[in-house]
Amino acid sequence: MSAWSPEHPDALDQLNQRPQPRPKVAVHKFSSCDGCQLAFINAGEALITLSQLVDIVHFAEAGPLDAEAEVDIAFVEGSISTPHEKERIEQVRRQSRFLVSIGACATSGGLQALRNFNSHSAEQWTQAVYAQPAYIDSLETATPVAEHVKVDLELWGCPVNARQVFAAIRALLFGVMPLIDKDKLCVECKRRGNVCVLVAKGEPCMGPVTHLGCGALCPAFGRDCYACFGPAENPNTHALARRFVGLGLLPEEIAHRFHFINSHTPAFRSAGLEWAE
Amino acid sequence: MTELRDIRIEVPVLARVEGEGALELEARNGKIEHLRLRIFEPPRYFEKFLEGRSYQAVLDIVARICGICPVAYQMSAVQAIEQAFGVTPSAWVTDQRRLMYCGEWLQSHALHIHLLALPDFLGFDNGIAMAAKYPEEVKRGLRLQRLGNDIIALFGGRSVHPIGVRPGGFHHNLNPEQLARCLEGLRTALPDARALVGWTAGLSLPDDQQDFTNVALRHASEYAMYSGRVISDQGHDLAVDEYERHFRELHEAHSTALYSLLDGRPYLVGPLARLNLNHDQLSPAAQQALAETGWQLPSRNMFHSIIARAVETYEVVLEAIRLLENHQPTDTPYVVCEPRAGEGFGATEAPRGLLWHHYRFSEDGKVLHARIVPPTAQNQARMEEDLRQSLEAFGLHHEDDAIRLRGETVIRNYDPCISCATHFLTLKMRR
Ligand code: SF4
Ligand code: SF4
Repeated sequence: MSAWSPEHPDALDQLNQRPQPRPKVAVHKFSSCDGCQLAFINAGEALITLSQLVDIVHFAEAGPLDAEAEVDIAFVEGSISTPHEKERIEQVRRQSRFLVSIGACATSGGLQALRNFNSHSAEQWTQAVYAQPAYIDSLETATPVAEHVKVDLELWGCPVNARQVFAAIRALLFGVMPLIDKDKLCVECKRRGNVCVLVAKGEPCMGPVTHLGCGALCPAFGRDCYACFGPAENPNTHALARRFVGLGLLPEEIAHRFHFINSHTPAFRSAGLEWAE
Repeated sequence: MTELRDIRIEVPVLARVEGEGALELEARNGKIEHLRLRIFEPPRYFEKFLEGRSYQAVLDIVARICGICPVAYQMSAVQAIEQAFGVTPSAWVTDQRRLMYCGEWLQSHALHIHLLALPDFLGFDNGIAMAAKYPEEVKRGLRLQRLGNDIIALFGGRSVHPIGVRPGGFHHNLNPEQLARCLEGLRTALPDARALVGWTAGLSLPDDQQDFTNVALRHASEYAMYSGRVISDQGHDLAVDEYERHFRELHEAHSTALYSLLDGRPYLVGPLARLNLNHDQLSPAAQQALAETGWQLPSRNMFHSIIARAVETYEVVLEAIRLLENHQPTDTPYVVCEPRAGEGFGATEAPRGLLWHHYRFSEDGKVLHARIVPPTAQNQARMEEDLRQSLEAFGLHHEDDAIRLRGETVIRNYDPCISCATHFLTLKMRR
């Protein structure tokens, strides 16, 4: 994936060389539930403050509409799942200096990427759901933005939260690359002082392989994490799957743990396929 | 002179249910000859993803259908699961679910009124532009919305795709400090919420009387939200599992949303339909606020939807305060659900209207079949009918921009989903 790395600092340079002092920002929606954009809208007065610091030129949910404007920072929500979306994302890339994918849909394909496991599923499902399937224009796959264009920063989560989004904006406004901790959820869970649901309750918690960032919400509520923040760096999926066997999960249940919100990520895709029948 | 005016209104950005679309109009001599609201939402095939999954994953899947009303999807689904497995949650659970649902109505209505609908009536392009001129109104909206989100997060850790609901109840008890903060916030906001009713009723709204069928849930003893029977002002009174006897979904070639019809006819769901049918069940304080406005119900003017949302906003603030004041912690936030083969139905009132679910499960609790009928699909046919009538009543001699804006305003009354609710029709004319 083409997330920003120190070897390719060009996008940040470009952003820092922008001519106007008040950066232009756009929020674009692709195939999604709209939940990630709410990280902006639910921020309340912080959104109003943001609208004074930057020029929000396109954000359909909140009002401004100028999808074709050149911008300094583009936030993209949603996966690419129709021929038209393929064209649109290329257009968005051309007109944006710095592109941030927000949320599981944009960063990994999201829940709807489950269709990618069966090459004919989209077609069959269209026929099962719609009486006039010929009119439904859909790709066989729902894929992350980075499979189509270069992405400069990826924010994980289903949904992303305001903390992540505003930390990224703040860093970018200061001209520095946001630091994203890619450690495992367990680290955050321990920090919060939760009781480990895997050890204490034998729940099939995905925390050991999941990207932190949510605040370890599910274990704090006494339930197992289902990995809505995607895979952590270097996840040991194999060891966790063996652990699930020990807890009595059937192979198909193990496959479903990995093939869920972020099934199209390489780590979860292959881990799930090992156990799928 | 015969003038054929072929008007195309394109909708470049629409929401979850709507995705992208366009409004096509063909008018001759001031009459609409052809009108089509074309809707293209990238299909996300949720009903298919559900098949083969364990009942335990259902609530996390259906939430992702809509980030704006995930609680509604969870509430309809959880009741269907519990019915299928023969589980009756405690009265404590039912109360807390109603409270959580109040949170979703509050955030959704507050946002719609202030950021999405108001700019139309106050003459702004969008809520952000309006905030410069009407900072207090916008802040009031954001405050109320925030409170709604806080209530959801009490139960779910976060307001989008909350994680706390489970078949049989909730994963855990509420955090007492958070609860106290919520209650205090709601008490402080109560005067705001009450004032909102009179304030929206005082807006100058277009007068456009239309004939339509109202459909909503009705509960025996409360303003229906979490459960009830499906009723209409055409005499329907159906149990949730009898829904399919009268309601049918069709697929029109020009849309990826399915159209739902009641006995072959369009119908309305949502705040105005609920208020038209159930206003007698509002709390005394909300009835009082309503009476002071002099607004007569039932109303046949869809533009009154903003007042209906305000009345419901006040109602849920009152109801949430009542439920929080009566809240007691429990040792058993859930009962254990043992799967078995069976089927279940669930219907609740999402902020945008009736949301109906049906599932069949295998013996080991896997989904064999799922069917979900969202509110926007139910309002789809009514929206087209309304556009036809209201654009003719408005007058097709108007400038394109005026027609476009009126079309948008009409669609916004239905709050079809948030991203389509803003400023979305670009008008293209062919003569
Ligand atoms: S990542 Fe999750 S919350 Fe965000 S748009 Fe996709 S489904 Fe919605
Ligand atoms: S604990 Fe896991 S599933 Fe729960 S919110 Fe966090 S990342 Fe998502």
